[in-house]
Amino acid sequence: MNSTYIARSTSIAARRLGGEMMVMSVRDSTFFTMNEVATTIWQAADGQTPLETIVREKVCSAYEIEPQAALQDAQEFVTELSQHGILIVSENPIPQNPQARASGSRS
Amino acid sequence: MQVHEVGIEIGGTPLVVRTASDSFRRTLQQRYAPFLQAPTGGKSATGNLAIDVELLPSHPAESVNSEDLEVQLEDGKWCMRRGDFFAQWDPRTGQGRVRQSENPYSIDCVLRIVHSLMLAKNGGVLVHAASAIRNGKAFLFAGVSGAGKTTMSRLAPPDATLLTDEISYVRPVAGVYHAFGTPFAGELAKLGTQCSAPLESVFLLAQGPHNRIDDIEQTVAVQALLRNILFFAHDQVLVEDVFTTACNLAQKVSVRRLTFRPEQNVWDLIG
Repeated sequence: MNSTYIARSTSIAARRLGGEMMVMSVRDSTFFTMNEVATTIWQAADGQTPLETIVREKVCSAYEIEPQAALQDAQEFVTELSQHGILIVSENPIPQNPQARASGSRS
Repeated sequence: MQVHEVGIEIGGTPLVVRTASDSFRRTLQQRYAPFLQAPTGGKSATGNLAIDVELLPSHPAESVNSEDLEVQLEDGKWCMRRGDFFAQWDPRTGQGRVRQSENPYSIDCVLRIVHSLMLAKNGGVLVHAASAIRNGKAFLFAGVSGAGKTTMSRLAPPDATLLTDEISYVRPVAGVYHAFGTPFAGELAKLGTQCSAPLESVFLLAQGPHNRIDDIEQTVAVQALLRNILFFAHDQVLVEDVFTTACNLAQKVSVRRLTFRPEQNVWDLIG
């Protein structure tokens, strides 16, 4: 099975408030509030660590969730966020800030 | 050719609208009467913020559907397009221009957009909310059309000063959020009052069988604020600014849900 790599998009605004992570998409203004597990995945989304590894090392060990169920939940979460441009998903490692490099900086 | 200048001050920010048309000058002076600023003949504290209006013949097919509005940053200038106008605003110089027919609605929309863009840079927002001052404190009543903004405004007791029944202006003054009156009127068709006060509470409106106030979680408050903030462009910097302001507002100001019956005693809970 191919690995899945995830990276946080640069086209978002995010803030942790009241113990929850809130993220808003620049593309469509969609607003997400993440629970603790989702926030853990979000914070580990460095583009270099496979999703499977994140789930195994950061989620299952910390929250006592069965690995297969945790991975399935994580994949659904990642798919939803990627549809709103909040997460970048790839079968290969993702260079840091690929969008910033592609679009250049704005004055 | 004589150019008329009409100074309109909203939220403590004066902006001059220039027009060659004497009749349009009169239209502006009538529409924004409580918010007119006497000509200073020099620079204001905010520099010379100004918009030049070029009037075009009205076209029977011209659209005023707000859904058609497009706001985009192009070469450092905000470009605003709607069926009834085209406008540009340069945030670096504080200068803009509008091409529109002789009606007050187009310039009104441009002023809302320009103020929302300027506010975003300064930690402020325009909010779909009625607002009023009571006992020296400002209260916002936020909600979409039909939520009860006009009703709350209509039920306001004599000791409450109505700031607006439709679009509220909020920005920090010395680190404290204040609400200012605006000329952006809703169904009451009554302009707000040119004054301000520290913002005490934001109430998210819902109509129900009994009057009650409920606390809500901060994340819910942020989401509700974002739903009601006037937000015209999907721009990275703008989204970050507005998002940050919504978070700061939810942290610094009480945001609660107000369920109310449309009767005057709801104001017993306010102030």
